[in-house]
Amino acid sequence: MCLAIPVQITELMDNDRALASAGGVVREIGTALVDDLQVGDYVILHVGYALSKLDEQEALQTLQTMEQMGALTEVTA
Amino acid sequence: MKYVDEFRDGERARGLAAALRQEAQPGRHYRLMEFCGGHTHAVFRYGIPDLLPDNIELVHGPGCPVCVLPTGRLDMAMRLVLDHPEVILASYGDMLRVPGSERRSLLQARADGADVRMVYSISDALELARTNPQRQVVFFGIGFETTTPPTALGILEARRSALDNFSVFCNHVLTPAAMQAILNVDPASEESVEIDGFIGPSHVSVVIGSDSYAFCAGQYHKPVVIAGFEPLDVLQSILMLVRQLNEGRAEIENQYTRAVTSQGNAKAQQVVQEVFTLRPTFEWRGLGQIPTSALAISDDYAIFDAEKRFAMRYVPAAGTKGCECPAVLRGAKKPIDCKLFATACSPESPLGSCMVSDEGACAAYFTYGRFREDALQRQSQQRAAVKARRQA
Ligand code: SF4
Repeated sequence: MCLAIPVQITELMDNDRALASAGGVVREIGTALVDDLQVGDYVILHVGYALSKLDEQEALQTLQTMEQMGALTEVTA
Repeated sequence: MKYVDEFRDGERARGLAAALRQEAQPGRHYRLMEFCGGHTHAVFRYGIPDLLPDNIELVHGPGCPVCVLPTGRLDMAMRLVLDHPEVILASYGDMLRVPGSERRSLLQARADGADVRMVYSISDALELARTNPQRQVVFFGIGFETTTPPTALGILEARRSALDNFSVFCNHVLTPAAMQAILNVDPASEESVEIDGFIGPSHVSVVIGSDSYAFCAGQYHKPVVIAGFEPLDVLQSILMLVRQLNEGRAEIENQYTRAVTSQGNAKAQQVVQEVFTLRPTFEWRGLGQIPTSALAISDDYAIFDAEKRFAMRYVPAAGTKGCECPAVLRGAKKPIDCKLFATACSPESPLGSCMVSDEGACAAYFTYGRFREDALQRQSQQRAAVKARRQA
């Protein structure tokens, strides 16, 4: 039940609610815990609530670091 | 799916696995605890142990809320629904299948006529209260720092809309306190587990921030790497831990920067602070009483506290005889060390809490790991031998 998934905001609604899509499945979620949400943002969804936004820049950076950490081996191996 | 697929890429996984094989020093044994059950699940689902050199061992931690709730607390919920026919108990699904005393689960109580409903979110429980004004709806609040802010929002919403037939049976627990309890186990004791570092929780850290683990590095000199949930996240975090250990560093590092900051989610922390207060102590399955490790509903919101509304009382109770969940939750035993594993106990008919939830170590072993039993058995024997040598 701790499993949380990334979903994309597709529509903002009243009362801190929004519609969000995960792999094509759209559902209503609570957004009271996250500020400044825009349509198109990705958030971590957990027990019906968005816990935080996902940062695209940071994600790309992480993937790059992974490649460097792995690639290093190929050079030195 | 974005933020998922790219973190499961096989090419990058091979690169990281190769780096791990190269950098793990042969004369050394690395014991890394993944605190969070979500990581345990990911580790087995993606076969991560197969990618690791033999001297990197993953120790499964207690970060599974259903698993650590002691039998006595489950019994309280059971008595509540059986003694109060006016109550609708609304619970996350996993909790319904955990055996309480005398091996009875909430699902069995439901079969006997108790009104127990499975909900996905506390907002479903609020809806039940609205549509059943003549009934009492009690939400079975369990979980670590990830589920606590939603529970707080639910209580705030109940107050706003004056839902006086709604209350919460609060069992929310705190991750840092449990990590500290694990680190505090006397190394000379039978139950001690040597841990070199932690793979830190993903979504708990989203809420509380990576700074919350500073004590692990400062006080205990154990490195922590906050890790995302996907297989590449876990592999990279293991590599970051191995590098810290090789270099003699003990720092809090954050691999999951796309979601976790050093300070966490201030808004979530603030609603939690508003609604909850620290319990002086709380019993955990496997870890016993841990001081200031759980939350209760604060006096300002006492009318939404089911424990007060229904005068619920905690009576400690033993789990199923022979079930090794307590030792499994401390990381002291592996699921296959339990005689009931895959014989009497399986996900279809769980005898202990660790076989119920996806995040439970026994369930993860059963679902994804059975064919690796032999390898694991060997590892477990090696561990026992190492420990015996250490104690000799
Ligand atoms: S296999 Fe079943 S009985 Fe054994 S420790 Fe795990 S949950 Fe408990």
